[in-house]
Amino acid sequence: MDPRAPDPAAEPQAAAISTRGLTRRFGPLVAVDGLDLEIARGTIFGLLGANGAGKSTTIKMLTTLLPPSSGAARVAGFDVVRQARQVRRRVGYVPQLLSADSALTGRENLLLSARLYGIPRGDAGRLIEESLRFMGLGDEGGVLVRKYSGGMIRRLEIAQALLHGPDVLFLDEPTIGLDPLARQAVWDRLLDMRARTGTTVLLTTHDMEEAEALCQTVAIMHRGRIAVEGAPAALLAEIGPGASLSDVFARHIGGSLDEGGGYRDVARTRRTAKRLG
Amino acid sequence: MTSPGRGGPPSAWADAATGLGDFARQVLAVAGSELHKLGRDPTELLTRSVQPILWLLVFGQVFGRTHAIPTGGLGYLDFMAPGVLAQSILFTSIFFGIAIIWERDLGILQKTLVSPAYRSALVLGKGLSAGVRALAQSALVVVVTLVLGIRLRAHPAYWVGVVLAVAVGAAVFSTFSLVVACVVKTRERFMGIGQVLTMPLFFASNAIYPIDLMPGWLQVVARLNPLTYLVDGLRYLMVEGAASAFGLGVDLAVQVLVLALLVAVAARLYPTVAV
Repeated sequence: MDPRAPDPAAEPQAAAISTRGLTRRFGPLVAVDGLDLEIARGTIFGLLGANGAGKSTTIKMLTTLLPPSSGAARVAGFDVVRQARQVRRRVGYVPQLLSADSALTGRENLLLSARLYGIPRGDAGRLIEESLRFMGLGDEGGVLVRKYSGGMIRRLEIAQALLHGPDVLFLDEPTIGLDPLARQAVWDRLLDMRARTGTTVLLTTHDMEEAEALCQTVAIMHRGRIAVEGAPAALLAEIGPGASLSDVFARHIGGSLDEGGGYRDVARTRRTAKRLG
Repeated sequence: MTSPGRGGPPSAWADAATGLGDFARQVLAVAGSELHKLGRDPTELLTRSVQPILWLLVFGQVFGRTHAIPTGGLGYLDFMAPGVLAQSILFTSIFFGIAIIWERDLGILQKTLVSPAYRSALVLGKGLSAGVRALAQSALVVVVTLVLGIRLRAHPAYWVGVVLAVAVGAAVFSTFSLVVACVVKTRERFMGIGQVLTMPLFFASNAIYPIDLMPGWLQVVARLNPLTYLVDGLRYLMVEGAASAFGLGVDLAVQVLVLALLVAVAARLYPTVAV
């Protein structure tokens, strides 16, 4: 089979991600409320919002981890519920939490991914070495991940998520908790990766600087809905000269970063609020 | 990075990945990763073998003097040694599920579940690694039984059977543990339930006394307990002159059926842990 032949089961020319009325309830709480999104192929799209706004729940539905309560979503041309396996083959996911196994080396982590994604042995070795080098971990492949710095772990996790060449990469708070240098290194790798492969990226972030640095389009999420969506420059222009995305945020949702979320979220908010402050 | 643009080879690799061979490769990938970790830190194996050694050295020696337990012509230590081996497998495996809760709390589990790998392969891979881990631990227990002079079988064919029984038994109880972890979802609750489960499973079995000694209702429980069949098989396979109460075929069939059932249940529950 010619690997470049279009997949007959996929919708041709479809957006990388499209959702119609995507909704998720947890008991009485509506975490994501009738979301309509259309994300063009090849863009870096930022989903912004306070804790509990519904960003992570949205990502979990789009990556097939969580079934929607109602509505529908297609990722890389496939339905996330009815064609979950096809979606899984075509997406990469870096969870917000630490997802590299600290008791394995960087190379062993990548090898496990390669096998779970069915990458043939012959290709896997070469791809793993290339991706280690690309992510700036060329000399650390044989080191246990528990000895890595936070920035190195993040870059390894991104390498793992990209190993099988996904159409769409999901990053949940990719640089949370990283120092500015490590954060910059992650940004550089992401921008470089996108320039080379054209992979669509959906990322969530609290970090307005991050959104400005990486995203062509951002959407600010509030109480499970999109409050406003557009190119960062256009959103800034609406507010006036000297405005930042924080001002856009404040204008559209009243600037309350502290709403919602549990204990874990609060710990994150404090860190993030400090950085934004 | 030459890799992987859109519409490139990746989907072709992935679309090919739907057969039994891929299932096996995924199982081995998961199990292999776990064994890498075990190989790096074998201290756990040593500490886990302390308890069974105490059972043999202290409990076994004392009860062996009473001659109160009918063991069908075996010395009491000969009778209980396979029971202690099975117990050590049970006690280690029953807490295996905590690893899943741990991986969930970290985010490793979520990442694995976003991969196209079969859910049942992910579960069986974990179970298989528990099986291999149990084999290493069992080897230590068997060395101790040799030192204590227990009359072990000499023919290697029996020991092939022991290896198989230990691996399958460990996979049964570790998969059971996975199911429990998927249901309770937090470390605290899991530890509590793990403690509550081990003692009844152990005492309501033929590990340290024959089932015939039990009151009727407990005999029923013991016959439903998979540990009973593991002990029965191990006793026949390990100890010179021991007979199997149910027959080796029944012992093995029960273990394999229970394992298949548990893997099926765990594969369904596994994805719900990530939420």
